[in-house]
Amino acid sequence: MSNVQDYPSRLSDPASRKMGTFSYLPAMSRDEIRKQVEWIVKHGWNPAIEHTEPRFASSNYWYMWKLPMFGETDVDAIMAELDACHEANPGNHVRLLGYNNFTQSQGANMVVYRGDPV
Amino acid sequence: MNAPPKKRYDAGVKEYRSTYWEPDYAVKETDILAVFKVIPQAGVPREEAAAAVAAESSTGTWTTVWTDLLTDLDHYKGRAYRIEDVPGHDDAFYAFIAYPADLFEEGSVVNVFTSLVGNVFGFKAVRSLRLEDVRFPIWFVKTCFGPPHGIHVERDKMDKYGRPLLGCTIKPKLGLSAKNYGRAVYECLRGGLDFTKDDENVNSQPFMRWRDRFDFCQEAIVKSEAETGERKGHYMNVTAPTIEEMFKRAEYAKELKTPIIMSDYITLGWAAHNSLSRWCRDNGMLLHVHRAMHAVIDRNPNHGINFRVLAKLLRLLGGDHLHSGTVVGKLEGDRAATLGWIDLMRDRFVKEDRARGIFFDQDWGSMPGVFPVASGGIHVWHMPALVAIFGNDSVLQFGGGTLGHPWGNAAGAAANRVALEACVQARNEGRQIEKEGKDILTRAARHSPELRIAMETWKEIKFEFDTVDKLDVQHR
Repeated sequence: MSNVQDYPSRLSDPASRKMGTFSYLPAMSRDEIRKQVEWIVKHGWNPAIEHTEPRFASSNYWYMWKLPMFGETDVDAIMAELDACHEANPGNHVRLLGYNNFTQSQGANMVVYRGDPV
Repeated sequence: MNAPPKKRYDAGVKEYRSTYWEPDYAVKETDILAVFKVIPQAGVPREEAAAAVAAESSTGTWTTVWTDLLTDLDHYKGRAYRIEDVPGHDDAFYAFIAYPADLFEEGSVVNVFTSLVGNVFGFKAVRSLRLEDVRFPIWFVKTCFGPPHGIHVERDKMDKYGRPLLGCTIKPKLGLSAKNYGRAVYECLRGGLDFTKDDENVNSQPFMRWRDRFDFCQEAIVKSEAETGERKGHYMNVTAPTIEEMFKRAEYAKELKTPIIMSDYITLGWAAHNSLSRWCRDNGMLLHVHRAMHAVIDRNPNHGINFRVLAKLLRLLGGDHLHSGTVVGKLEGDRAATLGWIDLMRDRFVKEDRARGIFFDQDWGSMPGVFPVASGGIHVWHMPALVAIFGNDSVLQFGGGTLGHPWGNAAGAAANRVALEACVQARNEGRQIEKEGKDILTRAARHSPELRIAMETWKEIKFEFDTVDKLDVQHR
């Protein structure tokens, strides 16, 4: 048994909370976030940004940061909005979405700034 | 006013082709079209065999009957309208048959298939017969029920985007107590899976009655959701000996507020399954569909029904998930053919593509898509290929590949989740994940000891038997 490792997940440990796609990987670097923004732009999806206080993360409806950036293909502009949302809401989770208006769904949805879990 | 009747009754046996072979027939948009692979008995000409199949699967019988003259046979009869060689097969040919709309009850998959694959399959003039594909006209699609929710509504309900979903079938298939079974479910879900699954033959046996299983599994869902902050489900199998019992179990699952139930659509029966899919739409319940018994019907390349037809009819009956083969695991599955039928499950419009075994354009109108489920003998090393083959709109199910982890289910689940996310991230970054799979997984394992151990455990396991049911291709 000495070779067997415990799986360290606990109700009492906020670090056990996950946040959907990519939350089992280390937080993305700026470069890595940029590549995911490029993926959204490449597909013609409409980028959007949402954020929430970590304790309300289970809701479907996080706060929209402004409106979805319809038709925006400038990766730098999208990165700048992500930064602006994060700076204005420093303790919050901030997620990047790609709305696919053909499937009426989201082609991408990932938390890029992680607040402190509760 | 009718034109004066021309036909007179002439008793006796006529050749089928005199009535049911019409090479000049112009196919109508409203026709149901079918293509059969036919191997006739020695001495039976192709046109006669094709016409016989058209006759026996629609209006005809072996001899002329006087009551034929009381109806407008030309309006109702199926017609063989084209014959093609089967590549790489000297004895077989493809027979294309058009069936007029008025032969069928609206919205009844049961009715269509009782005609198309009814008595004709035992017919003596053909040595073997296989239904390869069916084109359902839009009027029929619109009168069928379809998936209770479909791919995109399920994503919204479960809050999962931008990646395939992850599942696991609980093993051993049979023999666990309900409480121990719930433990296995809980461990998988807390480790990072989205779903766990009852096996197809888990119903309500003496060792684990359905109600106890549902109770313990629901506790596992509730606790793992609180622990991880993510939405979870367990496919509660409501397949039962009677439909009354099936609905009793479904109602209880709803009472528990569980998100998803499952059925075995072939052994349960298509009418019962269709009733269940309607119930699921009415009650906001997702429906996972297993295909137990399909290989009896679809594996023989010369006789039976191709799985692409079974997949299309399930989309019409309704289901949110359907097992579709993995290409890379322990179960049968040719890659091009699998890619063909997963498109038929998911897309709005699928074009004829013989290279993938698709014989007809298929317009699904507004009918939602079904998640293909890859399950059976897959583990972390298969992840790059699975993500490449299936794309985001799929459920990848690792049974042994989760439960067989040396540190247990939670670690196995975490290993799969990390591997999946690493592959999706790399794909999004533009990397060739099948070629670079080893590097992608090895890097991801640096921060996941669970993945590192999984990679060591399964590095030698491959399933490289040849596929029995291959696409028909010229091999000489």
